[in-house]
Amino acid sequence: MSEPQGFRPAQPAAVPTPAAATAVEVRGVDKRFETRSGQVQALDAIDLTVAAGEFVSLIGPSGCGKSTLMRLIADLDDPSSGTLTVFGKSTRQARLDQEYGIAFQSAGLLPWRTVAANVALPLELHGVASGARANRVAELLDMVGLADFADRYPDQLSGGMQQRVAIARSLAEQPRLLLMDEPFGALDEMTREKMQSDLVRISAETGAAVVFVTHSIPEAVFLSDRVVVMSPRPGRIREIVPMRLGADAKRAARTDELREERAFFDMVTAVREALHGGAPVGTGPRGVETR
Amino acid sequence: MSAPAATTRTARTTRPARMGPRTETTLRIIAPIAVGLIVLGTWQFLVSVVGVSDYLLPSPASIIEEFVAYWPSIAQAMLITGTNALVGLVVGSILGILLAAVAARWRPIDQMSAPVVASLAVIPIVALAPVLNSMFGADSQFGRQAIAAIASFVPVFINTLRGFRQTTPVHRDLMKAYAASSGQVLRTLTLPTARPFILTGIRIASSLAVISALVAEYFGGPRGGLGGLISTSAASSAYARAWAYVLASIALGLLFYLATLALERLLQRHTPQARRRP
Repeated sequence: MSEPQGFRPAQPAAVPTPAAATAVEVRGVDKRFETRSGQVQALDAIDLTVAAGEFVSLIGPSGCGKSTLMRLIADLDDPSSGTLTVFGKSTRQARLDQEYGIAFQSAGLLPWRTVAANVALPLELHGVASGARANRVAELLDMVGLADFADRYPDQLSGGMQQRVAIARSLAEQPRLLLMDEPFGALDEMTREKMQSDLVRISAETGAAVVFVTHSIPEAVFLSDRVVVMSPRPGRIREIVPMRLGADAKRAARTDELREERAFFDMVTAVREALHGGAPVGTGPRGVETR
Repeated sequence: MSAPAATTRTARTTRPARMGPRTETTLRIIAPIAVGLIVLGTWQFLVSVVGVSDYLLPSPASIIEEFVAYWPSIAQAMLITGTNALVGLVVGSILGILLAAVAARWRPIDQMSAPVVASLAVIPIVALAPVLNSMFGADSQFGRQAIAAIASFVPVFINTLRGFRQTTPVHRDLMKAYAASSGQVLRTLTLPTARPFILTGIRIASSLAVISALVAEYFGGPRGGLGGLISTSAASSAYARAWAYVLASIALGLLFYLATLALERLLQRHTPQARRRP
C-alpha cells in the first residue's frame, strides 16, 4: 500500500476545546424493538463517553446490541429513551451537519458508479465543487492504495478493495468521528490484518475519534484505546477495558510487531475474561477467536 | 486452499470447446441469416414447384414484388402506424414511470392503483377500439394512440414499481447518513437502481405499442395505417399485397424493439461487465 503522501488531516491534530473534547456522549439509553413475538430489549441503560480522537471498540456476541448502539449514534435509529449527543449536538443535528463518516459491514458501493465516483458521492451530495472534489478523491484513493483503480467499477474489485473504497468514502469529508460496523467482517485474515494496520495509521493521521463495532477480540485489542464489552438479551455494557499497549500508548506505535508482544496477549485475555463474565478462561491466547 | 480453487477455475474455462470471440460473433450473425434463407427457399419451393395455391400462401418472390410496387403506400402506412405507436409508447411510458414513482412513495396509492392496473392489463383491444373510435370521431388517430398508450403503460408501470423497490438497506442507510434530500436520493440512488427495470419495461412495451396501434386500426377510424391496409388488401383478395403489409408491420415492430434495445445498451454501458461475473 502506498504511503499517504499529500494527505492532510482536517484539524491540526486535536487542540481540544471544551465543547469538542467529547465526541460521543450516551446517557441512559434504552432501545426496544417491537416484534411479532413481543418486545425485544436491544439496549438497556447504556452509558458511554467517547473522547475526541479516541478509538473505542464495541465487542460482544451476536444480539448484544453493538450495531444498534452504533446506529443510534449515527441517528439511523431513534432510542426508546435516554439521550445521545455527538460533539455536544443532538445526533440528528450531528448527522445533518455531517459530523461523522460511516462504513458498514458490506461496502455498500453504488455498482453503477466508478470507484472514484463512489468516493466522490458524499462530496457531490454536499455540493463540493468538481475541481476540489477530484483532488480530494485522488488524495483518498492514494491513501487507501487504490489510485490505479479509480476508473474501475466495484464489481471488478475484490472484497478487500471494495471495503477500502468504502473506508476512503467514509473519510471523504474529514470527519472528526468515524463509525464503523464490522467493516472487516467479511475479509480473510491476511487482508484483515493489513486493513487494521491501515486503519490505525489513517485514524492516527486524521486524529478522528472512532467507534468500531467488531466481534473479534484481537481486532478490538489491536485497534482500540478502550474496548467496550457488551452482553446480550438485554444489551448491556458489561465492562469497559482500557488498553495499555506498550510504553508509548500512541496509536501510531501500533505496528504489526505488537501482535506478537506479551502485552497484546494479556489484553486479549483481559477482554476475553470480560466477555465470558469474569471467570478466568485458560492462561494464554489458546482457544481465543483468533480472527 | 487457493490451489483447488485455481484448478476448478481453469477447468471451468477450458471445459466447453471455446472458440475465438470473433468466430463466435460471426456465427451469431450468420446462423439466423442461414435459417432465414433456408425457410424462404423451402417456402418458394413449396409454392412454385409443389404448387401450393397462391390464395393459401403467396410466394416470397410475389410478396417482395408487391412490397416494391407499393413501397410509397407502405412507407406512408408505416409512418402513420409508427407515429401512433410511438406517441402511445412515449405517453404510456411517462405515465407508467410517474405513477410508479407515486405508488412507490405512498403505499395507499399503490394499493388503490393495483386493481386499476390489473384491469388495464386485461383490457381487450378489440373491445376498447370501437368505443374509443366512436368517442373521438372517425377521423381521429387519438383512439389508436390511447390504446397503444394503455398497452405500453402496464409493463412500464409494473417493472418500474418493482425497480423502485430494489434499493438495499445499506444504500438507504448511507443516504440517510449523508442527510441527502429526497430529490438527491431519487437522482443518485432510486432512479439508477430502477433503471434496468424501467428499460426492460419500455422494451416489452415497445412491441406491445406497435401491435396495439396496428390491431386498433381494424375497428374503424381513418384509413392508411398498416392494419387498415392489411384488412382491405385481404378483403380484395390481394393476398401478396396483404403479406407485403404484414412484412412491413414486422419490420416496424423490430425497429421499435431494436431502438429500445439500443437505448438500453446506451444507458447501461457498464452492466455487461457485471453480468459476465457470476
